[in-house]
Amino acid sequence: MQSIVRYSNITKSYGDLEVIKGIDLDIAPGEKLAVIGPSGSGKTTLGRMLMTLEVPTSGTIELDGELLWHIRDKERLIRANEKHLHRMRGSVGMVFQHFNLFPHMNVLRNVTEAPRKVLGMSKEEAAESAVSMLRKVGLEDKLKMYPAQLSGGQKQRVAIARALVMRPKVMVFDEVTSALDPELVGEVLEVIREIAEEGEMAMMLITHEMDFAKEIADRVIFGADGRIVEQGTPEQIFDNPQSERLQSFLKRFRAGYALRD
Amino acid sequence: MWDWQYVFEILPELVRALKMTVSATLCGFAVACVGGLLLAAAVRSRYMFLRLAAKAVIGFIRNTPLLVQVFFLYYSLPVLADIKISAFAAGIIGLGLHYSTYLSEVYRSGIEAVPKGQWEAATALNFSKWRTWRNIVLPQALPPIIPVMGNYLIVMFKETPILSAITLVELLLTAKNLVSDTYRVFEPYTLVGILFLAISYPASLLVQRLEKRMNLPRGL
Repeated sequence: MQSIVRYSNITKSYGDLEVIKGIDLDIAPGEKLAVIGPSGSGKTTLGRMLMTLEVPTSGTIELDGELLWHIRDKERLIRANEKHLHRMRGSVGMVFQHFNLFPHMNVLRNVTEAPRKVLGMSKEEAAESAVSMLRKVGLEDKLKMYPAQLSGGQKQRVAIARALVMRPKVMVFDEVTSALDPELVGEVLEVIREIAEEGEMAMMLITHEMDFAKEIADRVIFGADGRIVEQGTPEQIFDNPQSERLQSFLKRFRAGYALRD
Repeated sequence: MWDWQYVFEILPELVRALKMTVSATLCGFAVACVGGLLLAAAVRSRYMFLRLAAKAVIGFIRNTPLLVQVFFLYYSLPVLADIKISAFAAGIIGLGLHYSTYLSEVYRSGIEAVPKGQWEAATALNFSKWRTWRNIVLPQALPPIIPVMGNYLIVMFKETPILSAITLVELLLTAKNLVSDTYRVFEPYTLVGILFLAISYPASLLVQRLEKRMNLPRGL
């Protein structure tokens, strides 16, 4: 089957600092891919390039068989314009670490604004699909609340509904529980687990929640220093790590986890 | 020395002139609001030409006196380009352009206070640039700067006497004309001061109240 996402020899530098050093990665339609690795390994950048928030320095990304950042001009590739990006972006969604809800809109409007203004849905149509998404994340009773009145976990669930309602083919979850108080992490993971079980949408889970990655991912990639060091099924990665880098990462992670408990 | 009868005699004419002054201020402020927003957007543009042009305009207008600018609009433009505009139009364009360069800075502070994550969320939801500005960024950038905008409105109001120099019959020029008719200096000029105060002071109290309301905790 054709990949929904294909990174080919992608690099990303900020000035002299190269954070992504040549990555090839395919994501199959509906695949749940977990991306783990130490901070500063470039995993967030990987997701942000797919969401068109960061421009790759070199290499190409294909989305659903079409170049994301480039358009073909005869044999050459040229940088895509805003119009092309706008068309391509419709297939990707993203949930952010810090929610980024619109503080001046209530919960319902946060979710209906893009369907109405971007997809051109009527108010009623948008409200209907927004309410069904908010029901899915367990917040259909909070429609009139403003983000400031919600807990972190509730905010993140609204953000998930807001991204889902656009029906992306692939969704980037960028450390979505990292900014949450520990007791609120569970409710967000529960929602993501339910979405994952529905199946058809590909998911890129950039995460520090190893147990969660192990449970829902079809495949896990471990990145460090801007490269993919190891990849495989959750069992291979977590129970039988090959590289020394991954072994020490998991060991340190488990030690830290034990300390936290 | 202070002649009440004379005061009541000239008051209606001064109040009429006050109306002219207020409408020049409001029209000028409208020009400044729109111009300031355009300048603020241009300064943030991804096109270098627009950025440089906006900065040049801002630098030029801020570093020349308002009086010289309105003289240029009213007296020199007809000679240079065969464009003849009324004193009122020259006045509001001059005043508006001048203050648009200051308001652009106010807009900038408001826009920069909107977190980067808001722009990113808008991109992730595929809002167009225009939609992002209109529905996401400006609704968050504008409310906090309304008090500062109000202060600039009051400052502009008090600057309108400059327009008497291009024969716009506003408050000060009306008073001047009265003085030259009757040679009584005291009442007309004092009344001008009182009339400015009567508008500016309540307006500044209103701005202060707005400021207090804006400072209420809102949180994200």
